[in-house]
Amino acid sequence: MTHAPHSEVAQHVADAAADHADSGVFPPFDPTYFASQLFWLAIFFVILYVALDRFILPKIKTTIEDRRDRIADDLDAAAQAKADAEAAGEAYEKSLAEARTKAHVIAADTRKALDAEIAKETAGVEAELSAKQNASEAAIRKAKDKAFAEVRGIAATATAAVVAALSGVEVSEADAGKTVDGLIKAKEA
Amino acid sequence: MADTNPIKQFEIHEVFPFEAFGLNLAFTNSSFFMMLTAGLTIVLFTVAMSSRALVPNRAQSVAEIIYGFVADMVRSTAGQEGLRFFPFVFTLFIFILVANMLGMFPYFPAPGLHSFTITSHLIVTVALAMLVWLTVIVYGVFKNGAKFLRIFVPSGVPIFILPFVTLIEIISFVSRPISHSVRLFANMLAGHILLKVFAGFIVMMAAGSASMGWGELPGYIAGIFPFAMTLGLTALEFLVAFLQAYVFAILTCIYLNDALHPGH
Repeated sequence: MTHAPHSEVAQHVADAAADHADSGVFPPFDPTYFASQLFWLAIFFVILYVALDRFILPKIKTTIEDRRDRIADDLDAAAQAKADAEAAGEAYEKSLAEARTKAHVIAADTRKALDAEIAKETAGVEAELSAKQNASEAAIRKAKDKAFAEVRGIAATATAAVVAALSGVEVSEADAGKTVDGLIKAKEA
Repeated sequence: MADTNPIKQFEIHEVFPFEAFGLNLAFTNSSFFMMLTAGLTIVLFTVAMSSRALVPNRAQSVAEIIYGFVADMVRSTAGQEGLRFFPFVFTLFIFILVANMLGMFPYFPAPGLHSFTITSHLIVTVALAMLVWLTVIVYGVFKNGAKFLRIFVPSGVPIFILPFVTLIEIISFVSRPISHSVRLFANMLAGHILLKVFAGFIVMMAAGSASMGWGELPGYIAGIFPFAMTLGLTALEFLVAFLQAYVFAILTCIYLNDALHPGH
């Protein structure tokens, strides 16, 4: 670089100035190639338009839409699954509540049935017992009456025997019995 | 070697001559860059969309982002009906964007060995702007008939200033292709000239330093300043290259909106 002659760079500056002077017309305003630029612009712009419109843009569009549809589908499926899970949960809760209610009913029924049975059996046993008691009381009364009746007979016989032994008076047992009866009545009164 | 002429980048070189209808339709470096713009766009998009994956790779993401960007632009400015012009707006946007970006190369294996910005030539931007303008008129009249004229008569304007407003609207409509094309052309032209002027300063300072008898080195050292400027301007030019493509496309949408919904 140090060896580069000073004149070379200076020459370039001069050339540049000369180029500028030579062309005369500022290139963007030079009409020489206006027709050429319009012609090739039309060709390549139309090629690009057709390629984009027919092939590239529809491809991007369907790709984006496919993705959007896919995401929407997946979200729908997820929402569906969630709804299903919630429904299953509700059904479970419901059946659990039903089972609980049923269990309560069964327990109550059983208790009622048992209560009824117990009451029935108790009543039966009580009836039996009272019947037996009544029968026993009747038997006792009967025995007592019988005993009393026998006691009167014995008393009458004994009285007649005592009277006969003491006084020698024969007293019929029937008279003696009347007397005993009168004594018993007096005693009872 | 370094060439300090900032205008050289705009020169057109014939590659092979071609004449038809008595016109010079030679294939030039400008035609070459148009071919490259269209070809590169088609190839890159085709490669990017080749897999069409559900989960996109990087290239496919970029293609889809550009698609979504332009689609949103059209939808937000021209409404749902504007989407019938989506391929047209997309083509304009991507063509200008890729052409501007290709123009950012300082050197290029192309005729003349320099890069060439198609959109730095007024005739090209005028052609694109006229295409938009004529599309608006043809489609506007085809779809709305005489009602298309309502774009010149805005609603809700007091009657006594209406003639004045209508006149302004007509002038504004007629001047649209001018402003539309010159905005793009002037931005690209001015930016690229500025870039090359500052880059040229580095060489010029070396030459100046040499001619003072100090050798080239002090000039190259001082050249750090124009070099920093060139660096900054390059970043700015990338922004402008994108922004002007965007501005051209969104103005196209706004103009197409007039054809779709006149009398807003």
